Amino acid sequence: MGALRRHAPAVLAHLAVLALWAWATSWGGVPRFILPGPLETIRALGAPQIDWWRHVLITAAEAFGGFALAVGIGVMLAVLFTWFAPLRRALMPLLVTLNLIPKVALAPLFIVWLGYGLVPNIAITFVIAFFPIVITTARGLAEVEPELLDLVRTVRATRWQVFRKIQLPSSLPYLFSGMRVAAVLAIAGTIVGEFVGSEAGLGFVIMSAQGTLDTPVMVMSLILVTLVGVTLYGLVVALERLVVTEDARLR
Amino acid sequence: MRASAEPFLSLRGVSKTYRTGGRETVAVSDASFDLGDGEFLALVGPSGCGKSTLLKILAGLHPHDGGELRIGHAGFDPGRDIGVAFQAPLLLKWRRVLDNVMLPAEILGLPTKAARERARDLLALVGLEGNEDKYPYELSGGMQQRVSLARALVHDPKLVLLDEPFGALDALTRERMNLEIRRIWASSGKTVVLVTHGVQEAVFCATQVAVLTAGPARMADHFAVDLPEPRELAIRNTPEFGALARRVYDRLGIA
Repeated sequence: MGALRRHAPAVLAHLAVLALWAWATSWGGVPRFILPGPLETIRALGAPQIDWWRHVLITAAEAFGGFALAVGIGVMLAVLFTWFAPLRRALMPLLVTLNLIPKVALAPLFIVWLGYGLVPNIAITFVIAFFPIVITTARGLAEVEPELLDLVRTVRATRWQVFRKIQLPSSLPYLFSGMRVAAVLAIAGTIVGEFVGSEAGLGFVIMSAQGTLDTPVMVMSLILVTLVGVTLYGLVVALERLVVTEDARLR
Repeated sequence: MRASAEPFLSLRGVSKTYRTGGRETVAVSDASFDLGDGEFLALVGPSGCGKSTLLKILAGLHPHDGGELRIGHAGFDPGRDIGVAFQAPLLLKWRRVLDNVMLPAEILGLPTKAARERARDLLALVGLEGNEDKYPYELSGGMQQRVSLARALVHDPKLVLLDEPFGALDALTRERMNLEIRRIWASSGKTVVLVTHGVQEAVFCATQVAVLTAGPARMADHFAVDLPEPRELAIRNTPEFGALARRVYDRLGIA
């Protein structure tokens, strides 16, 4: 009951947007080639020439794959940074510089290097999601109260014990805050990749439908992309709830 | 108390100078005193008098660069016979209370079952029975500090070092903790060194008081607190207590 009351405002806000959409496209007078109504958009799912499931799965595979790769490699690099300070001093500024490259601009180059298909889109998703992970995790690993280190030094804690019992768990809230940012970016990366060059995926569907001004298909694709993003983000938040105690979570 | 005449702790002219960018700062100079087994020493003084530095020297966290320092009797291992607590409770947010207390025992690799039993006993000793499975954020500041005291004792150290452990607590909680720490000290028989800037706290808690002054850092006085045991807060209204507190204020130049 409490949960229902707590989430009610958010649910209402979502429903209000749907209602506004329905109103604007019916009595509101927004023409259908600009924005189709909800029912018409749902009807686009019946379009015989589009295998929606396949496109959703491909987009999801690219987004989840690139994201998982970013988490794996990002965390690994952040851990290496805490163990080898010279490496951090050399590579951290380099990462900050590389982070300033507009990652979406790399997409055409990736297609040249890696060809069409899943691989270049996973690569673009990876580079866009990777930076927030490595930067927040490295910060989380480095941020340990000096007096806590003093405390464990009085019982001669080894470097490994400090890492496993203190640094790693205390960096988890940072990792998850990085992952939340990265989840949002990952979807954008995947779609841009599909825009630039692909033969499947929801980004490809949007580009194809643009040619025929098929706005119901475009809006439907947009909704499905968003659902893929919501799923990824939701998994991250659910995992965070599972492993990070309530007060330690970063907002 | 041991029959041996050898004190538990012995300092002779211990000093520490920090060098940063060609400038020298004397943090501790000529600290000399003996402390017997099971005594309770308060290091009292203003900020910058070197009391925390002295505590860190005793904890083996900083080397001293002058004088002689001897801690403990034969068989004393500074890597496992010292327990510490600081002003901040420094609890691990992701661990339950009992597991927080266990941290030093885990690091030392003590047998888990016995250590958990001991951690439970200590939580009862500091008045936190029934809170073993809570997370730190579910506890008040005073309760968190009790957990950190239990943690300082879990590996059964011979020397307990406390760096302003009640400095961040409200006045009433602080007074209650002064009583608590005396009770814990009396029932555990540990040798305790407490760093504080509270004159009342120092005289009330300790059996010996060392007064440190700042600018330049030096030890200005060291005396025994001959007040009856066990002590209650009302003892602070006695002339004997007043005289000792005034002695500290005099040494600190506070009229």
